[in-house]
Order: sequence, then C-alpha cells, then structure tokens
Amino acid sequence: MVDARGLLCPMPVIMVQKEVKANAPQTLEVLVDDVCAKENVTRFGKSQGYKVAVSDTDDGYKLTFTK
Amino acid sequence: MKKVNWWVVISGVCVGIASLVLTLLGNPKNMGFCIACFERDIAGALSLHSAAKVQYLRPEIMGIVLGAFIIALITKEFKPKAGSSPATRFVLGAVVMIGALAFLGCPLRMVIRIGGGDVNAMIALLGFVLGVFIGTIFLKRGFNLKRAYNAPLVEGYTMPTISLALVVVGLIAPVAIKMSVEGPGSMHAPFLIALAIALVVGALAQKSRLCMVGGVRDAILFGDFKLLYGFVAIIVTIIIGNLILGNFKLSMLSQPIAHSSTLWNVLGMMVVGWGSVLLGGCPLRQLVLAGEGNGDCAVTVFGMIIGAAMSHNFGWAGNPDSTNELGEYIVGGISNGGKIAVIVCIAIVLVVSLVNSKKEAKSNG
Repeated sequence: MVDARGLLCPMPVIMVQKEVKANAPQTLEVLVDDVCAKENVTRFGKSQGYKVAVSDTDDGYKLTFTK
Repeated sequence: MKKVNWWVVISGVCVGIASLVLTLLGNPKNMGFCIACFERDIAGALSLHSAAKVQYLRPEIMGIVLGAFIIALITKEFKPKAGSSPATRFVLGAVVMIGALAFLGCPLRMVIRIGGGDVNAMIALLGFVLGVFIGTIFLKRGFNLKRAYNAPLVEGYTMPTISLALVVVGLIAPVAIKMSVEGPGSMHAPFLIALAIALVVGALAQKSRLCMVGGVRDAILFGDFKLLYGFVAIIVTIIIGNLILGNFKLSMLSQPIAHSSTLWNVLGMMVVGWGSVLLGGCPLRQLVLAGEGNGDCAVTVFGMIIGAAMSHNFGWAGNPDSTNELGEYIVGGISNGGKIAVIVCIAIVLVVSLVNSKKEAKSNG
C-alpha cells in the first residue's frame, strides 16, 4: 500500500515508482486525494504494464494495480 | 507514456496566442504573459516596493486564479488543502521570485522570450534545465515537504477572494493603487480584456495541468513527455506568431526588457528551476493550484510577491540592456547586491533540499 494523500505531483508517482522498482509487486494499492495525482499515477501504472482500477474513497481515490 | 495529451498542446497554443494578443493590445514586448513580472507589478501597485516603472495591478494574475477556481468548482476538483511546510514554501516562493527577477522573467516568460528570438533566454534555458535536474536528484533522494490535509472552506477561498477583491479595486478604485506612468508598468492591455483572456488561460491551465517546470521534470524523472508538449507548443506558437508579425529577432542584444549578463541569467533561472521543482510546480502552476483551493500554494504566491518587493526595494532585480545618449550599448545585468542575493538563494535552496531529503525512517525517529 502506498499512501500518497496530500502530496503534490510528482511525489505520488515517485513513491509508486520506488515501490515498483524495489519490489515489482503483482498487485499494489495506492491512495491519492486529488484528480491530478489519480491521472498521473494511473498513467504511470499503465506504462509499467499494470491494469489500474480506480475506486472512490471517503477522501479521494484508491488505485489498484494488477499485473 | 508517449501518447500526446492534446489538452496540454491546446493549452500551450492558447497561452502562446494569449501572449501575442496581449502584447498587441499593449503589454510589453516578449512579456505578453509573465507570472513573475506581473506579480512584481502587483507588489508595486500595492506599494510593497517603490520602483516607479513597474507598478500596475495586472489582471492576468487574478484571471488565472479565478479561471482555475471556476473550472475547479465546475469539475468538482476544488478542494481546500493546506499544511505542507507552509513557511518553507513561503521562503522558496520568495527565492524563486528573486531568481526570476535576476533573469527578468519566470519560466513562462523565458519560453516567450525564446519564441521572440532572445538568445539570452535560450542560454538561460540551460540554467533552468540544470536547476530542474538538480531538483529531481533530491526528489529521488526522498525530498518531501510532507503532506497537506483537508482544510476549512475559507482556506481554499482565500486566494480567489483576494483575487476578486483586487479585480474590484482595479475596476472601481484604481486611484487607490499605484500605477506606473512610464516603463513596463505603464504598458498594458485593457483591464477587462486582459482579465477575460487570463480567465480562459487559467481554466485551460487547470484542466491540462500545464506547468513549465513539470514538462522538463517529468521527462527527466519518468520519460513522460506529456507536459513538455505544452512547453514546446508555447514556443512554436510564439515563434510562428512573431514571424508573422515581424517581431522575431534572433539576437542576444537589444532584446525587450532583457539583459545579456549571461552568468546571472543562467544562475537566476537555475534557482527558479530548482526551487520550482521543490515546490511542485512553476509560478503559473502555483497560481492555478491556489485557485483550486491549495492554501500552501497561496502562501507560495505570497512569498513570491514579497520576494518581488525585496528584489526591487534592495535593487537586486536585473537591469535591462540599454543605449545611452551617445548611442553606446550598455549591458545591463544585476547589481553586486543582486549577485549576492542570487548566491544566497542558491544556498537556501540547497539547504532546503538537504534538510528535507532525509529517509522516512530517520525523519520518523
């Protein structure tokens, strides 16, 4: 789980990039709280070969990466 | 990630056209749109500095904030947030502005100057890219100004309200503010037309996430060229426009409101690139995010305005090249105080980068 809520871009993408590089997870959940971060993290996930599912949460979005 | 995002390209083209039109309508040459210059002029209009030639309540700044605010309300992206190292952001805002005024322009004006053929801006671009590159090194090392939290509505409404108030003052009580009678501050497009154009630019910039720093930064960090297309679109639009209008002049010398003191152009823009990466976006992006309700970015804008006031009160801002009565070309540049200020700004950005780059585990302990 990567919690990138409250962070301006590009921090959310950098955090996800680090996690993907370090552990190459098959699945990964990312929490963000603004649309810009949601778009950028989704774009990054897809570029790394993940399918990205987006669901709403109380204070933003949960992005679920799956290989 | 190579897919072109047309929103960004359209926004870039529109910003380019807006800049050309605003210049035709009266804004200074190669300064159709400059966030740093216009915030500096507002600082002068509010009597925060007394440089008589650069005082005017530029509606472009308020228009960008309000355009972003309105579109964010419509798309439900307006979200009051604050609490991400506001004092650090205030200082970085001031530092970025001092660097920008040493060069005589923000990243947006640098791009506009490049589109006018200003070789000084082309060279300054190298400093800007170097600054962005250094900033990305710290981002990779764990630089983080910590998260913001949801804030009360009033926090998010602060910047749009101030912007609206300044528009009202500009419209009904211009005698209450200072306005230049000569120099760049006296050159401006009609207030309401400039405001209308800026509202569109602000809305487009919010929608597309246009950011002059983000383009170079994301290309370096992720090989993501999305925002860079906007950067390039502005340059191409301005070059084409200036060629059509006969205003393109490829030269280092005699460029409008520019100096050819290369080292300080480069170092000034290096500070701007580096500081803006730490802030999460260029001066334009800070205005847009402030319009979306981000209180930290509003504080950054206030820091920029104070930085502008300091630059002019202490004589740190760049002096344009000029010609004296004998027709001799006088190279401008910055004063010794300005040189020291730029070096101190580099030191401040370095310290901020280092102290905020600790590993998470260490900072929690």
